[in-house]
Amino acid sequence: MLSLSHVLTLSSLLFAISVVGIFLNRKNLIILLMSIELMLLAVNMNFIAYSTFHADRAGQLFVFFILTVAAAEAAIGLAILVAMFRNTRTIHVDDLDGLKG
Amino acid sequence: MDFVMPDFRLAAPELFVAAMSLVILMVTSFAKSRARSAAFWLCEFTLLAAVFLTLFSGTVDRAQTFSGMYISDLLGGFLKAVVCLSVAVVLQYGRAYMADRKIDSPEYYILVLFAALGMMVLISASHFVSIYLGLELMSLALYALVAIDRDNPRSTEAGMKYFVLGALASGLLLYGMSMLYGATGSLQIHEISQRIYERSANDMVVVFGLVFVLVGIAFKLGVVPFHMWVPDVYHGAPTAVTLLVSSAPKIAAFAMAFRILVLGLFDLAEQWQMMLMLLAVGSIVLGNLAAVAQTNIKRMLAYSGISHMGFMLLGLMSGVVKGEGGTYAVNAYSSAMFYAVAYVMMTLAAFGMVILLSRAGFEAENVDDFKGLNQRSPWFAGMMLIVMFSMAGIPFFVGFFAKLSVLQAVVAAGNVSGQALYYWLAGLAVLMSAVGAYYYLRVVKVMYFDDAVDTSPLTATLGTRTLLSANALSIAAVGLLPNWLMQICAFTLLH
Repeated sequence: MLSLSHVLTLSSLLFAISVVGIFLNRKNLIILLMSIELMLLAVNMNFIAYSTFHADRAGQLFVFFILTVAAAEAAIGLAILVAMFRNTRTIHVDDLDGLKG
Repeated sequence: MDFVMPDFRLAAPELFVAAMSLVILMVTSFAKSRARSAAFWLCEFTLLAAVFLTLFSGTVDRAQTFSGMYISDLLGGFLKAVVCLSVAVVLQYGRAYMADRKIDSPEYYILVLFAALGMMVLISASHFVSIYLGLELMSLALYALVAIDRDNPRSTEAGMKYFVLGALASGLLLYGMSMLYGATGSLQIHEISQRIYERSANDMVVVFGLVFVLVGIAFKLGVVPFHMWVPDVYHGAPTAVTLLVSSAPKIAAFAMAFRILVLGLFDLAEQWQMMLMLLAVGSIVLGNLAAVAQTNIKRMLAYSGISHMGFMLLGLMSGVVKGEGGTYAVNAYSSAMFYAVAYVMMTLAAFGMVILLSRAGFEAENVDDFKGLNQRSPWFAGMMLIVMFSMAGIPFFVGFFAKLSVLQAVVAAGNVSGQALYYWLAGLAVLMSAVGAYYYLRVVKVMYFDDAVDTSPLTATLGTRTLLSANALSIAAVGLLPNWLMQICAFTLLH
């Protein structure tokens, strides 16, 4: 039988993977965007688990909002990425160094 | 659960701005040649009408609608009026700047209006869903605005950095919210506060949730150690957008911090007070020291903004002593609120001056570009003097009273608790303000004592000149009579 703590452990693992993906990834901005999506999905899993645990529907309702906003967020992120690629011809994280001082 | 018809009148300002932004979207798609000026004037009208609506439609008593997702109170009404007014000022300052660079497409105005709507929702939100939606509406519009000069590598790079770090912050905030939901079984701030008070929540999960929520708030405020995006975004974004990012969102973030921490998680005050103290000390020290080394005025103002936000947090955290609030708490919160409002007035004028010195094909973004401003325009050199003196905290400008009231709140907390720590904090803040005075006065020095390199006349329109002068003079005027603004802050907090 799957208990609350199983699901929470899984979601915290997913969350940890996404945070590590953001901080350790030095190569590709698209992987960074994927990490951000993974982070939101980990949060969703947390909400659904707690929602079932409390038998309260508000948590599941929140998940729909997060999914919708995540889609808008991905759209804006990819749009900025395309604009940046047209200027610099690169999507390497290490090349984001034009602003220093 | 029965469906209850929400009371739409309480949310009238937000509904009005939302409806108008859709109207403007339609108007600008059909008005071909005049779309830009139509968008500008309609946005200005919407924002000023929203100021009137918030001031005259609001209720004096606290009222909730939309099933407890939206709260209408004097605090929200006042902060929303400040936000709308400052966004209206931002649009006027930035209009010629954006037109000169051919990035004043109607979308610019609509995105600014959406960002303002997001801030208004965030200020009035009392439920995690509405806090998240307001925050994201604000942030998504701001990400797009920072990258709006899409043929400029600096602008897109700043947009990308802002997006990645902002999305990370939202993710952390949401993770914290999910833990608070798990511990208390509710998403509504007052219910959460009630359940934590009754100790019917799992304490360890609540503290974990608090940490994540606080990290999210700190990211949005841009305080150390979550400040990495601030200098790069301020530097890379078009100055008219920097003006927006640096002003109104700070008010919205203050409202979010106040509602979540003070209204929602007051019983954890001992924990968050310690964390806020560390954030505040780090911001004041690092912000002021790093600003000294800057030659670019946008980066300098970014680091100065970090230190100002640290000061604001210092006011926010001194409302609690040993987990208890008292009569001095109102003074502490109102000093933080006064600081946020004063900072917005000052940052609007400071970046307004940077825009004033820029013209088509030229960005005035180095401190050296202010050289000899007194020879070019004695009047605006005087205005910049007022702004810099006020930011440095020199008496009798509004920045001085903002710093003074925060320090009074810290010392009062020290007197009540009898801990020497608070006096050390106040001493450190004063010391760091003295360091900060160095780089503000450097700008004054180059304006008055250096020879002008660039002697071309200022090109700003009469409207911008008048508004910028009024902005700077209001800093001096509120500095002479700070009590009424202080009383408004205290009055709105008490109700």
